Amino acid sequence: MSETDAAWVDAALTSARPQAVGALLRYFRDLDTAEEAFQNASLRALKNWPQHGPPRDPAAWLIMVGRNAGIDDARRNRKQQPLPDDDRAISDLGDAESEIAERLDGSHYRDDILRLMFICCHPELPPTQQIALALRIISGLSVKQIARAFLVSEAAMEQRITRAKARVAEANVPFETPGSVERSERLAAVAAMIYLIFNEGYSASGETADIRKPLSEEAIRLARLLLRLFPSEPEIMGLTALLLLQHARADARFDAQGELILLENQDRTLWNQKLIAEGLALIDKAMRHRRSGAYQIQAAIAALHARAAKPEDTDWQQIDLLYGALEVVQPSPVVTLNRAVAVSKVKGAQAALDMIEPLAPKLANYFHFFGVRGAFLMQLGRNDEARIAFDRAIALANTCAEAAHIRMHLDRLMDESKPPGKKAGT
Amino acid sequence: MLYAILCYHDEDFVGSWSKEQDEAVMKKLAVVQEKLARQGRLGPVARLLPTTAATTLRKENPPLVLDGPYAETKEQLLGFYLVDCENLDAALEVARDLGAANPGGAYEIRPVGMFAPGGSVR
Repeated sequence: MSETDAAWVDAALTSARPQAVGALLRYFRDLDTAEEAFQNASLRALKNWPQHGPPRDPAAWLIMVGRNAGIDDARRNRKQQPLPDDDRAISDLGDAESEIAERLDGSHYRDDILRLMFICCHPELPPTQQIALALRIISGLSVKQIARAFLVSEAAMEQRITRAKARVAEANVPFETPGSVERSERLAAVAAMIYLIFNEGYSASGETADIRKPLSEEAIRLARLLLRLFPSEPEIMGLTALLLLQHARADARFDAQGELILLENQDRTLWNQKLIAEGLALIDKAMRHRRSGAYQIQAAIAALHARAAKPEDTDWQQIDLLYGALEVVQPSPVVTLNRAVAVSKVKGAQAALDMIEPLAPKLANYFHFFGVRGAFLMQLGRNDEARIAFDRAIALANTCAEAAHIRMHLDRLMDESKPPGKKAGT
Repeated sequence: MLYAILCYHDEDFVGSWSKEQDEAVMKKLAVVQEKLARQGRLGPVARLLPTTAATTLRKENPPLVLDGPYAETKEQLLGFYLVDCENLDAALEVARDLGAANPGGAYEIRPVGMFAPGGSVR
């Protein structure tokens, strides 16, 4: 098999995977069996496809072959039990392929994938297990790849996924076609999980950004997939737009030393215009529905940043309004803190400071609160108080980059507090 | 005679290419395009954004706007426009005007991701 063949088969297996595993899960009602069946089908595809050319519908091929392989296995394991009736085509795959697509029931497609995704974000699973399970089951990443992205050992990740699977198996996920209310609940849970996957990649520090970037890319792929299944859901448009617009800045977010570069200091020519264009197109589409939601609002905020060629072109007034709307649908002190940054640009640092003071008890251990508070105080010339806030921020910093950023402010304060003429270098 | 060559593929499949794979394909295509451009035979080339970014206007009375690409198979692709629009609403307005002039069928409105005007493909 040539290298191009291998790459082609690989890409085809990746893109067909969610649909195929989702359908196999519906047949076998067991995650491990479905995965094994898909694995079997993939192995046959690796042999068969380069020889006979690609099938017209790779997913349908994999479902058929996987189903037969699964039934074969079941037969071997439980010889005494009678076989299901519909396994006639088991060993003959050659030219039956054209029929396969028609024989498979296409109407289940959407709910199969949604169910597969939904199982991975079962409420009883902690977020880290949800993400690991989703990357393994839906995306088909190897345990080794996932472990690497999470910066943990392969054994630890193996254990995490095994535990997650065990919990899911106990949880009894319903296999019937969901009603509309349940479907929309599933959609919301799946959207939240995709956002979690994205953030795993996005919140990486400079040193690990390259290793974790595939997580963000995978989240975008899943969001697009979800949107193709539910093309009229404005929140799924919003989610996809949000991920695209944030990811568009990936190449501008860290300097050569791996230090985080704040939005206002980023080289905007490094922003990925193709992703921005797609994100803007999606948020445009979403807004037409006039059914606002948290993802759409956040995407609209990201869109305003993306539209500003220079930081001073940013429409802070509009951003302030959007954060106000976000406070209504998703009240949280962190949202208010973000809003305060916009307020400081529109109404000045004092108004912004007044806005965040009541948040102090809730955000007493939150790095960004003290970073932002320090910055407001510094703008107001209250340098001693600013220094205290910055010291607290450094103590709470999660990454070296965060601490380094605050230290830069502190250095500036130090410089300002020295008598004129004694500054370094003068 | 001018020929339009319309590109069809499974976008899920193309979407699972890595950035490197995608760039490699674009590079190979550029070789073919450059040859045509040198001969002065190449018109505009465009790569459309994914169908998730598409909106469809059914030219009924009144026109009906639907999310997603045009999915029917009983009608055929007969032509296309490239129009510079501020946003989706502006594009829909253009489509409505066109639809009023020529009712029946549908327009699929797809944002363009990559555009190279005729002959200037690098």
